[in-house]
Parts: sequence; structure tokens; C-alpha cells
Amino acid sequence: MTFLNLYNYEIAIFLAMVGFYVVVSRGNLVKKVAGLSMFQTSVFILYISMGVVTGGTVPIIVEAGAIYSNPLPHVLILTAIVVGVATTAVALSLIIRIKEAYGTVEEDEIHEQDESF
Amino acid sequence: MLHHTVLRVVAKLLIPVILLFALYVQFHGDYSPGGGFQAGVIFAAGIILYALIFGLEDTMEALPPGVLKILSASGVMIYAGVGLETMLLGGNYLDYNFLAHEPTHGQHLGIFLVEMGVGTTVFSTMLLLYYAFAGREPGQ
Amino acid sequence: MNLDFAIDILLLGFMAVIAIAVVRMRDLFGIAMLFSLFSLLSAGVFTVMDAADVAFTEASVGAGISTILILATLTRTVREEKPRKSRNPTVPLVVVFVTGALLIFGTSDLPRLGDPTAPIHTHVAPRYIQDSAREIGIPNIVTSVLASYRGYDTLGETTVIFTAGVVVMALLGVRRRRKRKDDEEAPG
Repeated sequence: MTFLNLYNYEIAIFLAMVGFYVVVSRGNLVKKVAGLSMFQTSVFILYISMGVVTGGTVPIIVEAGAIYSNPLPHVLILTAIVVGVATTAVALSLIIRIKEAYGTVEEDEIHEQDESF
Repeated sequence: MLHHTVLRVVAKLLIPVILLFALYVQFHGDYSPGGGFQAGVIFAAGIILYALIFGLEDTMEALPPGVLKILSASGVMIYAGVGLETMLLGGNYLDYNFLAHEPTHGQHLGIFLVEMGVGTTVFSTMLLLYYAFAGREPGQ
Repeated sequence: MNLDFAIDILLLGFMAVIAIAVVRMRDLFGIAMLFSLFSLLSAGVFTVMDAADVAFTEASVGAGISTILILATLTRTVREEKPRKSRNPTVPLVVVFVTGALLIFGTSDLPRLGDPTAPIHTHVAPRYIQDSAREIGIPNIVTSVLASYRGYDTLGETTVIFTAGVVVMALLGVRRRRKRKDDEEAPG
């Protein structure tokens, strides 16, 4: 019965593992970046699920003494979302430069061209 | 050109509303969900919509990249500057209580200025990212 | 079974289907669209879990800026993924499976979802919720924590965004494109 109480965590872990699989097993760099971003989003779901309070509401004070959800995970994930998009942008710009330098964005072909890896 | 006509007319109607909504989100971050990050991104999305429909050259005439580079740096400087100001007034770094005669007024003023800095930086950086990606000539 | 639970399961189920579709799809434009849909559905999940600021940010940043950047990258690179030649598919599957099993075993000790007596709700958060109205005086607790109580972190985050802008400008370069004089645009 405990597994049904933690369904959010389990589905979030499943989504994270699918994103992890995309990063590890596919060779296209753009697809890897998309998988990594999906991994990040599912980790956010994991954190926000920890901050839920049953019977609580959005943490905006409307009357004293009401139950509010925990605002601390919200603040942490707000920062994490914006930092995530910043790193995704840097990764995508690197992919554009890699395409211009090697002519391909497939990992195998880049390894063949550059034997120093 | 018929399909472009629909896009242009709808964009002309929507873009001012989007920009106004972004300003609303920025200034009402104290009372409803919102704040600097969301407002900066929505403002940039409105300008990106303009660039998608009317062309990148027109957008670069309205908002040159040099201005955006200055804006993004000044956003961070506004934020850090508020902290230095509170230190000059006698408190710790980013201690908003010292910004006004009463602590809660100081907090209101400090949060307002800080969110302005964040919104400016996020808006100009997102737009600069779009300029960099969309302005890249193939084979450059 | 209340409505929150049902909507939550429905949205998360859709997200699982989209995630598996991203693994199997080879057309990269389709993957960009599915990625945008994934972000939008996660914004829906955040709303159901009472995180309004986070849902706002995820919808605008994930479904807006991230998708635009991936699409812009796709126009400068390839449009389809090439099939991987001669790579054993079982090793990544085993690694992913073992990691997932370890994580589920690790999170099985967490308190029940929404438990008000969980340690996360009794340590620091009550002080912010109770004192924010008196010390800062704005209704939105998330903004007061973000901008005032944890202001240093937000300063670091703003610097990170600025740095990302600087890095992308260094890698790709932003040059002012001027309209050529012989390029007459038809008005409206």
C-alpha cells in the first residue's frame, strides 16, 4: 500500500529514467539535450511533490491561519528552471558550432573524425 | 501572401497585449503569482513573436543588440547595487530594512528594485539568445 | 478518489507516453514539439500541486524559450536522427533499470504525499509562512522568500543567466543585420 501513497515520486522517477535512457543510448546530440531537459523537468516534479500539503493551497496569504503549501521547494525549483534553460541554451549553441566544425551531430561520426577522444 | 496577412493582423493585435501582460506580471509579483523571471520571459516572447512574423532586421532596428547587451549587464548591476546601497546606509548586504524609514516600506522598495533588475536581465538575455540563434547564417 | 488525484494521474500518464514517444521517434522536429508538450503538461501538474509560480515559469520558459531554441538549432543542423549502427541496446537498459530500482527503493522511506507532519513542513517553512506578513508585508510568500529571505541565491541566479548570455554571444556572435537597400518590402 505504501507504493500507492508515493505514486508521484514513482512516476517522476520513471520519467527521469526515460530521459536518462535517451541521453545514454541515442547518438544524436540534439536528442540528448532534449532528453536531458526532460530529465530535469521530472526532477522538478519530484521536488514539488515533496512540498504538497493535503488541504493546503497556493502560498499566497489571503487570510491568517489558513494552511499553505510549503513555499521553499517552489523557490528552489524556480531558480532551477531558469538555470536549466540557461544551460540548455549553452549546450545548443555548442551543438551548432560542432555541426559547423565536424559537419555532423552524430556522436559516432564525431568520434571517427577526431581520434583524440 | 494571403496566409501572411492573417498572421500579421493577429500579431498586431496580440503583441501589445502580450507586452502589457508582461508588465502586469512584473509589477503584481507581490500579490499574485509572478515576478521578474516570468515577466522577462513573457516580454521576450512577445518580441520574438514580432521577429518571427515581421523579420529579424526590423526587430534589430527597434531593439539593437548593443542596447540589449547594456540592458542585461545593468540588470545585474541594479541588483548588486541595491545590496551596496543597503551597506552604505548602515546595514548588511541586501538588508532591505535600511532602505526606508520603516522596515516594511524598505522591504517593499527593495523587492521592487530587485525584481526590476531581474526582469531586465532575463528579458534582454532571452532576446539576445534568440538573436544569436536566429541570426546565424548557415555556413558562417 | 478526489479530483486532484485523478487529474494528477492523468497528466503524469500523458507525460509518460510522451517520454516513450521521444525515445522512439527519429524526426527531430516532432521531438521538439513533443518536448514543448511535455513542458506544458508538467506546468499542469505543478498547478494541480498548488505551485502557481513554478507552473507559470515552467510554462513560459519550458514551452516557450526552450522550444524556440531547439527549433532554431534544428534549422541550422540536421532534421532527422541517423539510426545507430551496431550498438548493444541491452547495456543502457540494464543501467537505467538498476538506477531506477535503486531510486524507487530510496524514495520508499519518504513520508506519505501531503503529510502535514513531514519534517520538510515543520523545520524552517512555518517561520517563513507566519512571519512573512509581519516582517515583509506582501501576500506572495514565494516572492518574499525569493527576493528577501533568500536574496543571495536570486543574485547568483541572475548572474548565471547573464553568464549564459555572454557565453552564447561568445560562441555564436550577435551581429546587427541591416536591411539591404535593394530589398523592398511590400507594406503590410
